Order: sequence, then C-alpha cells, then structure tokens
Amino acid sequence: MPKYRDVIMAGFGGQGVMLMGNLLAQAGMESGLEVSFIPVYGAEMRGGTANCTVVLDEHPIGAPLVRTPLSTIILNEPSLRKFQPRLAPGGVQVVNVSLVEKGLLAADKHSVCIAANDMAHDLGNVKLANMVALGAWLKAVPILSLEAVQEALKRVVSTHYAHLIPVNAKALEVGYKAVAA
Amino acid sequence: MKDERILIKGNEAVAFGAADAGCRCYFGYPITPQNEIPEALARLLPERGGQFVQAESEVAAVNMLLGAGACGVPAMTSSSGCGLSLMQEGISYMAGSHVPGVLVNMQRGGPGLGDIGPSQGDYFQAVKGGGHGDHRNLVLAPSTAQECYDFMFRAFALAFKYANPVLILGDAIVGQIKEPVRRMPPSDAVPAEALIRSTASWRMEGYGRRGPDGRPRLLKSVYLAEGALAERNRLLAQKYASMRAECAWDCVQTEDADLVVVAFGSVARIARSAMRSLRRDGHRVGLFRPVTLYPFPAEALAALAPGRRFLVLEQNLGQMVEDVRQAVFGLDGPAKVLWHGIMPGLFASADDVREPMLQALGEVR
Amino acid sequence: MDAHALEAALRPADGEKCVFDTNPVLNERLTHYCPGCLHGVAHRLVSEVLHEPDLAPRTILVAAVGCATFTYDYFNVDGLEAPHGRACAVATGVRRARPEAVVFTYQGDGDMAAIGLAESLHAANRGERITSIFINNTVYGMTGGQMAPTTLLGQKTTTTPEGRCLAREGGPVHLAEIMAGLEGVAFAARCALDSVAHVRAAKKALRRAFEVQIQNLGFGFLELLSSCPTNWHMDPVTAARHVAESMIPVFPLGVFKDKAAAPSGKPSDAANESEHTAGGAADA
Repeated sequence: MPKYRDVIMAGFGGQGVMLMGNLLAQAGMESGLEVSFIPVYGAEMRGGTANCTVVLDEHPIGAPLVRTPLSTIILNEPSLRKFQPRLAPGGVQVVNVSLVEKGLLAADKHSVCIAANDMAHDLGNVKLANMVALGAWLKAVPILSLEAVQEALKRVVSTHYAHLIPVNAKALEVGYKAVAA
Repeated sequence: MKDERILIKGNEAVAFGAADAGCRCYFGYPITPQNEIPEALARLLPERGGQFVQAESEVAAVNMLLGAGACGVPAMTSSSGCGLSLMQEGISYMAGSHVPGVLVNMQRGGPGLGDIGPSQGDYFQAVKGGGHGDHRNLVLAPSTAQECYDFMFRAFALAFKYANPVLILGDAIVGQIKEPVRRMPPSDAVPAEALIRSTASWRMEGYGRRGPDGRPRLLKSVYLAEGALAERNRLLAQKYASMRAECAWDCVQTEDADLVVVAFGSVARIARSAMRSLRRDGHRVGLFRPVTLYPFPAEALAALAPGRRFLVLEQNLGQMVEDVRQAVFGLDGPAKVLWHGIMPGLFASADDVREPMLQALGEVR
Repeated sequence: MDAHALEAALRPADGEKCVFDTNPVLNERLTHYCPGCLHGVAHRLVSEVLHEPDLAPRTILVAAVGCATFTYDYFNVDGLEAPHGRACAVATGVRRARPEAVVFTYQGDGDMAAIGLAESLHAANRGERITSIFINNTVYGMTGGQMAPTTLLGQKTTTTPEGRCLAREGGPVHLAEIMAGLEGVAFAARCALDSVAHVRAAKKALRRAFEVQIQNLGFGFLELLSSCPTNWHMDPVTAARHVAESMIPVFPLGVFKDKAAAPSGKPSDAANESEHTAGGAADA
C-alpha cells in the first residue's frame, strides 16, 4: 500500500469542512506521517463552497494543493459540480447523498454514497454529518485507523466543546461501518 | 500516541518562532493572509513580559519597529503586499540609521488590492531595497511551516549582526499551510540576551544608564555636511557586501540533472512534487532553491551552470529570473535560462508546473 | 566642551552675580534657527524642565522633520530621528522597549497635525506615556512658507497666495482641543511664547506635560504658539505681536485637560495663568 493520499473536502460554510480537514491532518501526524492541510478561503467562502486539501505522505510533502485529487469528500451539490470533474482517474468520491441528487453522480467515477445528514440526524445532531462522511472516507481510502482519528479529536476539538467528543467519535464509527470493506 | 510535533499554520509558526527567539515587541496592522501572526503574538508576548501593539496603520507599525529597534530590543512587524508598500519609507530609515528589526511579508496577489491568494510579486520590492535610496534588506524565503519557525531565529540573529532590517518573504500558501512543526530552537540559535548585549555601543537608553561618564548619542540617517552622506553610503556598501557571507540555498538532486529548476518559497515545494514524478519517468531534473533571496546565492548557482539548463519557476511576471540570468551571465557554455510564471492569485498544484518542466526538458535535448 | 564642564566654567566668580545661567541639558552649539525664531525659547524651556528634576540622563528625544529636525543637535540627551510625521509612532516603539525612560517628541505643525495626524492621535488615544511638544507657527518653515494645517484663515502663504480660504482649504486645526477629547490624554494645553508672562505659563504647563508621563497617567500634550519671522515676513517684535493679536484669538490659551487636577473641578493653575495673562500679552 503506497503511503500517499490526498483529499479535497468541500461543502457549505458551516458544515464543518475545516474541522474534518484539521482532524484528519492531526490524526495523520499522530500516526507518524507527514501531513499538510490548507484551507481555500476568500470570496469563495461566502455563499459558495468552503474547501480544504489534506495530503498524507510518508515523505516530506511538496505541493499542498492538487488539481486532480485522488479522493474527495463532497458534502453538498455545488461541491460535486466543482470537484467531480477534477477527480483523478481511479479516484474515489465520498458523497453526502442526503444533499446531493444521486442522478448527478458520473457513471465513470467511483462514488461512495453516504446519507450523512440523515445518519447524523438519527444520532441526534445533524451537525455530525461531517464526521459521518469522514468515517466513510476512512473506510473507502484506507491509510489511517478509525481509532487514530477518534483519538485525535481530543486535540482538535476546543475545550469548550469537549463534551461533544464522544458523540463525534460515535459519528465517525457510524460512517465507517456504513461502508462495505 | 502523542507526537512531539504540533500541527500549526506557517503564520503560527512565525509567531512561535519569534516568541521563542526572544522577540520582545510586536507592532502590526491586520491584513489577510497573515492575521494568525498578530493573533498568536497578542497572547504569546504579554505572557513573557513583552509588548504587543496593534498599530493604527502599517506606516505607524514600521515606525514603532524603528523606535524599539533603536533601543536595541528584538522587535518585529508583519504584513502582506500593500502593507509592505506602506512600510518602505520606515525600512529605508532603519537601514540608513543602522537599526535592526524583523519584518514578515506573507505575500498576497497584486498589484493594487489584488486578492488574498498566493503570489511572489513582491520579490523585487524585497530584494532590491523597496524604498528610497540605496538600502538592502537581508531576505529569507521559508518554504515550510517548520522553516517559518526556524527562520525567525536566523532573522533576529542577522538583524542584530548587521544592525539592518531582515525580511521574511513568504506567501499565502506558506502562511496558511498547516504542517507538523517541531517547536525546538535550532542548534545555532543566538540567545536574545546576547542579541541585546551586542547593541550596547549604539542603542537608545538614556545616557545615565552608561555610567557617570555616559554621553548622549544620536541615531539618524540625515547627513548634510559636504561628503558626509557619500561616506555613509560607502559604509552601507561595505555592509551589504559583507552580507554575502550569509548566502544560503538548498540543492535537490542537482548532481546528475540536465535541467535545474530554480524556485523559492511555496513554488519550490510544488516544483519538488512535479520533479519527483518526472524522475519516476526517467527525466533527470534537479532543484535549486535560494533560501536567502538577498544576498542571492549567485556563485552557487553559477557553479551548477556547466552542462545544465535552468528553468526559473516563480509566481509573478518574471522577477527572480533577472537575478538568475545575471548569476550565469557570460559563463562558458550555453547556460540557457528558461522561465515560466505562475500567475499571482492562483493556487498552483504540481500539475501546473509539470508541463513547463517537460517542455524545458524537450529544449534540453 | 561637554555639558558638565560648561556648567562649571560658567559658574560666577567671587563678586559676580549670575543673572542668566545655561543649563547642561542644552549644549552650547549655535542653532540653525533663523534670527527671532522662538524655537530657542521652547528649547530652553524643555531643557529647564528636564534639568530641574534630573531627568535628562534617562531621557530619549524623538525628533521630527521640519525646522525641528536638528533638535537632537542641541539637547544633551539620547536622540533619535523619525521620518516626517511619525515621531509619535517611533516614540511608541521607544516607550514600549524602554518603560523606564522619559520619552518626548518635538514636532512642528506640518509634522504633527498634517502628515502625522494619525500617528499623533492614536499614540495619544492609546495613552502612550510620552510627552509631545507641538510648535504651532501656522506655516511650513523649513520648506519655505507653505500652508500648514494651522494656517489662519486669510493668511497668505506660498501655496495660498490669495490667503487661506475656508471653502477651499478648510480651517485651522485646533489640536490641543482635539487631544483633550481623547481618553488616553492625561494633559493637554495650549500656551504661547510671545511674552515673558506667557513663557512662564508655558514652562508650568510643560512641567505638567512631563509629570503626567512620569506619574504613568497617560499622554502629555503641549501646543506652543510660536512665530516665524522669516516666512511671515516680519521683524521678531512684530511677529510676537502677531502671535498675540492674530493667533491667540483663534487658538485660545488654556489647559484643556489635566487628569491630575484637583477633584474640585477647578481648572489647574496653569490654565488660570494662561487666561489671565492672555490679555496682558495683547496689551504689550
């Protein structure tokens, strides 16, 4: 298994895209990998999509941004329209089908569908959709263990929200288990 | 498993580096994409008995830096693009008065208000002086968050060694990227107390602090008497010439390379990714990364020239390429210098530079 | 000759009576100021205030650009040059780096109230523990008599050949009153240098402007109405009369703020003296 992964995570501002990216990068670092996280900010953030790129590698990381990502996490429809055409051949997109029409998924792309909002709602908080989607990605793109990411929550979630760590860990697990190995 | 590394932005690494290197005063005005620097130092400096001042403008900030630097205290400011333009007058005064200080420019797209994306469009401004009169800044170009941390130590040491402004030239990518950083002073770090001690012969403090024989002193850049300014400039020229000893650069797989890419800062690391994939395809590509942009490591670059071509990659309309051409000008052999510019404001990937590198390889054959 | 040696040499011999003494804060160098210029009087006042309690050994002067550029050549204190308008910003850096020092700026009307207005007001508003001395003579002296922010309405300068016009150039800036309105300012006053009585009041106010710094109360500001015989095209006596007759009515003298004033709400002594003596000067 080559130890290089990259992922673009995208959604509306407020869907927790940056938290997902920070968490994955933190877990990657704590697992001994080289990591980079970079947010794309600016005018795009207002009304459109917020996105970030995470690269995980066993070597020092060169480019922190990728034009053709090996994987994506797509939380809403504008993000799908933007990033589906850029997905690398053989890449995988984890798509939140609670908010994205399945009919929009390109037949020649490998999509992992997860109803993240619905599953988060069942967990009692729709804001957990990002963690459900990240859990699904962890299964679809094997490089880090679920436990490593759950553990890293303690360093990424601010102390003010520390009481929400268990339910976030649960959401990661629910997403992870929903994807076939 | 807790890692000894911490995951922080390049901007935060600048702030931690500054605080750990002994910076006592920060003066600055908010501007994207470098706001994490003042935000972090607003907590870090007061904790250590230092001073943090949010200035009313970049003009005020650089002059506060002039004042603190004149007192022989490690001090800094940070900004981006437009802010550095406003600071140029003060930087010229600092150079003219032999006042140390560290300035950080996390470049954004220009000209004018531009955008907040990455750019290397302030290269000329940084390395050619930038303000009025003949002044030069020592310029360091970090490429990673770790270098943002480490270079702050070097920046303060150089500022005090030469009593001169030192500029850290980063960009939106270097500032915004989050990477693992080891928060450990480099082995050659100079303690802040030693920096402060080195200023005893010229700093502003009140003559009473220099004992009963203390005499008033003056720090200034104005020299009106006949011949006085010429003498001052002669002194400055000697100082700038002596800075050549500080040239620093990084070579990656240049030994067997047919083509050497010359790039600095974030573009150098993007080029490294493209280079790795080209190497896998059998192309002999190397990378030369200037770490000091002023003084420019011209001799080291010239030494690579025999039998090789150069491709300058930079995120502007063609600036460092002039220094590269000058470095290899008149050398025996072809020493051909090609150039490719990434337009300021773009978030470039390895794919964006792979194509021009392939084209340049075609010209090599 | 250094300052202390000078003082010794000028000590009166037996049978001599000292009527006017130098002080070691101001050196013996000839100034570059024009004949009749009142900068010399202002310098003398500053030197006395820095000498009477012995502040000079811990004083740092931040000089401005304009006629006052070479202030540092005349004071026996550590001196630092600031770019045009930026003296209060430079002084902020000095103050933050050297909390134990006495820090003052000495700025003209163009430096402080035009190009440097932002730096001046914000340093004052932050309550920086510095003292700023503002020389208002309604004209740019060093550059040859152009309009200043404090130029009087109707006053002819080289850039207002028909006289300053309210509709075109705006009115004179009343900086002492503006300063007094800022939270960080502990002392703000306006005095004049046109008469002996006014000069005495100015020294009192100047002392307060330094005291509020030393007592850690905030920013000390003193505006001094001064003359410019050269660019006003007047002899020094006429110029002094012009200060009394044309400037003081526009720029009222007084202490506009003194945080250390008695809690009774009575204006401080310097204010009273200024007000009382204003009429006298006009009569002179």
